[in-house]
Amino acid sequence: MPSSTVLMALLAMTAVAYLLGRRRSVATGRGVRVHSLPGYHGSYVAIWCALPALVLFCLWQLAEPGFIRSQVLATLPQAMLDLPEAELGLVYNDIRNLVEGNIVSGEPTDEILAAASHYMSLQRISDLGVALVVLLVGLTALGWALRRVEPGFRARNKVELTTRMLLMAASTVAIFTTIGIFLSVLFEALRFFQQVSPLEFLFGLSWSPQTAIRPDQVGSSGAFGAVPLFAGTLLISGIAMSVAVPVGLMSAIYLSEYANSRVRSFAKPMLEVLAGIPTVVYGYFAALTVAPLLRGFGEGLGLSVSSESALGAGLVMGIMIIPFVSSLSDDVIKAVPHELRDGSYGLGATRSETIRLVVLPAALPGIVGGILLAASRAIGETMIVVMAAGLAANLTVNPLEAVTTVTVQIVTLLIGDQEFDSAKTLAAFALGLLLFLTTLVLNIVALRVVRRYREQYE
Amino acid sequence: MSSHAQDVKERVARGIARRYRHERNFRLAGLGAVLLGMAFHTFFFFTLVGNGYTAFLQTHFLLDVELTAASIDPDGERDAQTLGRADYQGLIRDALRARFPEVENRSDLRELFALVSPGAGFELRNQVLASPELVGETLRQWFVADDDVDMLIKGHIDRAAEESQRRISDRQLAWIEQLEADGSVGRQFNHRFFTAGDSRDPEMAGIWSAVVGSFLMLLVTLALSFPLGVATAIYLEEFAPKNRWTDLIEVNINNLAAVPSIVFGLLGLALFINIFGLPRSAPVVGGLVLTLMTLPVVIIAARAALMSVPPSIREAALGVGASRMQTIFHHVIPLAVPGMLTGTIIGMARALGESAPLLMIGMVAFIVDVPESPLDPATALPVQVYLWADSPERAFVERTSAAILVLLAFLLLMNAAAILLRKRFERRW
Repeated sequence: MPSSTVLMALLAMTAVAYLLGRRRSVATGRGVRVHSLPGYHGSYVAIWCALPALVLFCLWQLAEPGFIRSQVLATLPQAMLDLPEAELGLVYNDIRNLVEGNIVSGEPTDEILAAASHYMSLQRISDLGVALVVLLVGLTALGWALRRVEPGFRARNKVELTTRMLLMAASTVAIFTTIGIFLSVLFEALRFFQQVSPLEFLFGLSWSPQTAIRPDQVGSSGAFGAVPLFAGTLLISGIAMSVAVPVGLMSAIYLSEYANSRVRSFAKPMLEVLAGIPTVVYGYFAALTVAPLLRGFGEGLGLSVSSESALGAGLVMGIMIIPFVSSLSDDVIKAVPHELRDGSYGLGATRSETIRLVVLPAALPGIVGGILLAASRAIGETMIVVMAAGLAANLTVNPLEAVTTVTVQIVTLLIGDQEFDSAKTLAAFALGLLLFLTTLVLNIVALRVVRRYREQYE
Repeated sequence: MSSHAQDVKERVARGIARRYRHERNFRLAGLGAVLLGMAFHTFFFFTLVGNGYTAFLQTHFLLDVELTAASIDPDGERDAQTLGRADYQGLIRDALRARFPEVENRSDLRELFALVSPGAGFELRNQVLASPELVGETLRQWFVADDDVDMLIKGHIDRAAEESQRRISDRQLAWIEQLEADGSVGRQFNHRFFTAGDSRDPEMAGIWSAVVGSFLMLLVTLALSFPLGVATAIYLEEFAPKNRWTDLIEVNINNLAAVPSIVFGLLGLALFINIFGLPRSAPVVGGLVLTLMTLPVVIIAARAALMSVPPSIREAALGVGASRMQTIFHHVIPLAVPGMLTGTIIGMARALGESAPLLMIGMVAFIVDVPESPLDPATALPVQVYLWADSPERAFVERTSAAILVLLAFLLLMNAAAILLRKRFERRW
């Protein structure tokens, strides 16, 4: 039985459980004072029917592949088991492909065929077993819970407690995501640091991750010095920020302090929509429109501008961040209390003086927080640089040359590469770890600043 | 009046003029910034539309193709298998040859045949398979031209350029002009763009498989992120005690909203694909990754919606004897649903446009077939844009822009829905 059928059956059983619980509650509660509404009794029985069975089902699904693998591998001859882990994995993949009717590499041997049929029978037993066990557990729990339904039973409290527990469990997903990100990136990064020393990675000046297939190839030893990548990332983000911050901040000031309410009511949703434009769209714009424009412009001035120049990518990234900066600053400026402005006007200050000398200093922490968030976005931005920045790791501060960034390297190292123990692939995770930590620090500082600022005026 | 007072007055007057000048300049700078930002984005949209709108029309040739029974169905049984095996591209070639009988030499013929797309034969085959009664008749209809011809007709290839500088030879140009002269070249609505999957031939390439991939992914994302996000918001807003633990959860959520998307891709690769063994390139993995990404957006929006329900509602419900859970589920949540939905739609719109994490989990495959389930290999609309933007053929430039226009149309639609929902159901208490 496929797992979807089991789940559907369980769902149907749960519905029946609800109806049974409800009916029993109505039937036993005639003429007596019942603690809970019939619906709660129904829900109570339904929860008991579904929850334990579901947990069991999930555990089974998690354990099944490992168990089958160990059982199937045990039938293979010892010579095969002595193969290195990676090759054994390939053999096992062949077996699984054979079972699923996919194309197999080479002609399968008798052992493999035997293992495949063993795999199939195990799979069948497991599928049948899980169906039986899950439905049996559901049924047993249903019967037990149904027996507890009686007028004095506090079903509502139990149901509410379960709901509350489920809500709490949902709220931990965010924590698990962060832990998951950190651990998954960390483990692969640690494997990388076993092959390449962290010092070389952090302070090395040359980056060329192409490790050779044969050790005797020329120029085969990859170099994993990440400094050119950081420099490139900083250069492009710097250009982006120097476009986005003045334009975004000034437009926010204009929109919140000068523009009339009609313009404002139009501008705010507009900014939201603009902030939601996919980055791949900006990347296309950078690569196909801005880069050739800059190149032509540079030629007119007698400068040689690379077609993948940092300037092009940075400029477009800046354009992308303008709505973001503008929207954040707008919120912050609006949160400055009106009394401050009125006081300043009362002393005879002009509007611009009020803004420059009163509003902006008061809003400064919030604005700084917003700018930090924007910077974290610029550093982590991927599609624009993948499409418009270069691949060669040049260590330069000239914005007209091509540079590469951390995110570009992560993407190029991981696209199409399946090998999970080469330093080349693992390097992507080391870069990912650095990226995650950098943005984490930026975000936490920024969020803290914004929060403290908000509390100040609440 | 003493001279001192006069002096002060003068200084103030001068100061005022200067201050008003500053005021004007400052205001102009602000207006300039707004206009500059708008100019950037307007320029950006104009290039997109300018590049993209031509992709919705496609150059076709009007040809008389003889569906000779002898070559398609020699035994006359109209058997689907025999019909499927016939050489339809050859029939189209015969039609071209009949149109230009003077072309004889082999290399000239090859150039002549190159005018029609290699996909035209497949389409003719499907047409005949759908209605076998066509066999034996002469079909006069539009056949799709090769992408180079299309670019020439649309003016992206300069007819006056040196022969070696363009992808259309002088002879081909002469034939095309001959066909143009008798009205056999026309632009038809490019339905393939909306109904076909990806293809190496730009004239046959479409976005449909990517659209379906995106849709399946969003379905997974919606199914997971809405309940999870709303549940989290309810817990944090209504039940959670204010302590370190909930503080940690909050910081986490806010931070996750700002973690670069590519890092989520790394998580998806390491966790869902390498550890859980889920298939690469599958919408289900993409949906899971996007769920984790959109979750903070949904949570933050749902919390704001819950917060905006006034305490009086809660107090009234509690006052007539509802339990806390009943108060929330029967009274607070129904009032907060529009706000929650708005946030979810905005989160979905963001997920729809996301591509960097999808590159990590292998959704950059060349997908021709339309995926049928969330476990089939698929690609997504923004990734399709990325793939096409990388293709060297000139014809893919307009297709990329057109795909972007479709993507933006979807996003605009979703955002408009969100704004409408907010306007329609927002209640001021």
